[in-house]
Amino acid sequence: MPLQPEDVRRIAHLARLAITDEEADRTLAQLNDILGMIDRLQAVDTSGVEPMSHPLGGAQRLREDAVTEHPDREAALRNAPASRDGLYLVPRVIE
Amino acid sequence: MAVPGAGWEVVIGLETHVQLSTASKIFSGASTAFGAEPNAQASVVDLALPGVLPVLNRGAVERAILFGLAVGATIAPRSVFARKNYFYPDLPKGYQISQYEIPVVQGGSLSTWVTPRGGEPYAKTVRLTRAHLEEDAGKSLHEDFAGLSGIDLNRAGTPLLEIVTEPDIQVADVERAALEAVAYARELHQLVTWLGISDGNMQEGSFRCDANVSVRRPGGPLGTRCEIKNLNSFRFMQQAIVHEALRQIDLIESGGTVVQETRLYDPDRDETRSMRSKEDAMDYRYFPDPDLLPLEIAPDQVEALRVKLPELPGAMRERFAREYGLGDYDCALLTTTRASAQYFTATVAALGAVAGDRGAKSVANWMAGDLAAALNSAQRDIVDSPVSPVQLAGLIARVLDGTINQKAAREVFAALWAGEASDADALIEARGLRQISDSGALEAMVDAVIAANPKSVEEFRAGKEKAFNALVGQVMKQSRGKANPAQVNELLRARLGG
Repeated sequence: MPLQPEDVRRIAHLARLAITDEEADRTLAQLNDILGMIDRLQAVDTSGVEPMSHPLGGAQRLREDAVTEHPDREAALRNAPASRDGLYLVPRVIE
Repeated sequence: MAVPGAGWEVVIGLETHVQLSTASKIFSGASTAFGAEPNAQASVVDLALPGVLPVLNRGAVERAILFGLAVGATIAPRSVFARKNYFYPDLPKGYQISQYEIPVVQGGSLSTWVTPRGGEPYAKTVRLTRAHLEEDAGKSLHEDFAGLSGIDLNRAGTPLLEIVTEPDIQVADVERAALEAVAYARELHQLVTWLGISDGNMQEGSFRCDANVSVRRPGGPLGTRCEIKNLNSFRFMQQAIVHEALRQIDLIESGGTVVQETRLYDPDRDETRSMRSKEDAMDYRYFPDPDLLPLEIAPDQVEALRVKLPELPGAMRERFAREYGLGDYDCALLTTTRASAQYFTATVAALGAVAGDRGAKSVANWMAGDLAAALNSAQRDIVDSPVSPVQLAGLIARVLDGTINQKAAREVFAALWAGEASDADALIEARGLRQISDSGALEAMVDAVIAANPKSVEEFRAGKEKAFNALVGQVMKQSRGKANPAQVNELLRARLGG
């Protein structure tokens, strides 16, 4: 089933993207084109084929459990618009 | 009036976030130590600065495997990290790295004992759905910032194992259902600390339980569930589940319907309240994290860890009951922590086979009695006990062979605790605590006490048992606590014709 205009608005909201109605219309058409292509891919018989999560071969390399980084807090805090007592300050968020 | 919730079945599944005891974070080399200055342990990876990449910590993977082995789960030969997308200021990347479709630990189960109020204990097994690795988020502080929130990202990236159960708690009794959930949580807490994969500190957030609660008519279809968060103590957990189940029952009985939502427990008011409404229900848009390749675990890596798996608390409880004839209470107490179980077995071993079951029971009594009290008041852990297993065994051996009585033994214990000597024998000699079991000497004392206390003698003969105890006390006093109490009893009864 093709996406509806409200799907696009919902997805945009989840990604915190502000889009105009015009952009929403254009995006809706593009997304439905992409989904149409995926529908064609779905038609291929993949029974017996392992699902692929990554396009690269190989497995995750692990690092030893050791403390190797000693962050420079002041340097990091200087990037923030506001900070106090070593904390980053953001607009109040309470659910 | 009917019992609250009568005619309803409560169904519970649990999700527990366990912080793993690694030194460094799951994807960065920053420290995980609790209580550091705000943001002092937030590395560039934890801060999600542009261009950084996560590198998985072997220690976190090994802890997950150990857990899986302990619960009889399947260790996935290949599992996949996924991004769970949502926006919150304490999650700088805009997504949490977690596992979704293929978790590292699959299946397994955990068994525990449930003791209902005034009822017989019964065994309860809860099946596990999965346990997966993920990263913790930072913390938001909402006080004192003049309308702003403060963000501390020290916790961001701390490794978590999220352990999810099947909805296997299904009980037609609200209190009992909550009790089973708490029993499971306690068992899980004991297991992760026993394995050493977490410090289990609930105040510091190392062990956090969420409960999915729903109600239904017995045999009917499952009801709509609510997730209760903020269960940071076992007591709150019990109260919150009871409260939430009764809230749902009331709601349905008065014609309403339960809405699927997340609710927060407020212990001060003993109520749950809605945290997230349905309108903005979370849609996390999971997808495999392209920054992390699949985690592959070879069979030989699993076997290498299986060898390191300690004897588990459940198995140990059964063994203590079987080998030493100890009761359920003692067995449970001795296996509260792995350290206390080790102390017990070391003491029994030092006591040697001669002492047998009586020796083991004696060790259990000392550990639950004077040792527990001393550790408690000194706020020390049993691993730091000033009285070693060998010293305690030396003391118990002297009680069992009749060298000293219980009263003197407590004095010796206190002296060993204070470090006044290195073994019980030295103290017994130095303080002349050897028990008087010489019947000639005891008889003389008994006769003297009888002669000096005609009133007590008379009262005893008139049937007052208390008067007898007073006379025993007098003899003990005369002997400066060193008389063999059993012998004194026997001699007095013989003399008084009682």
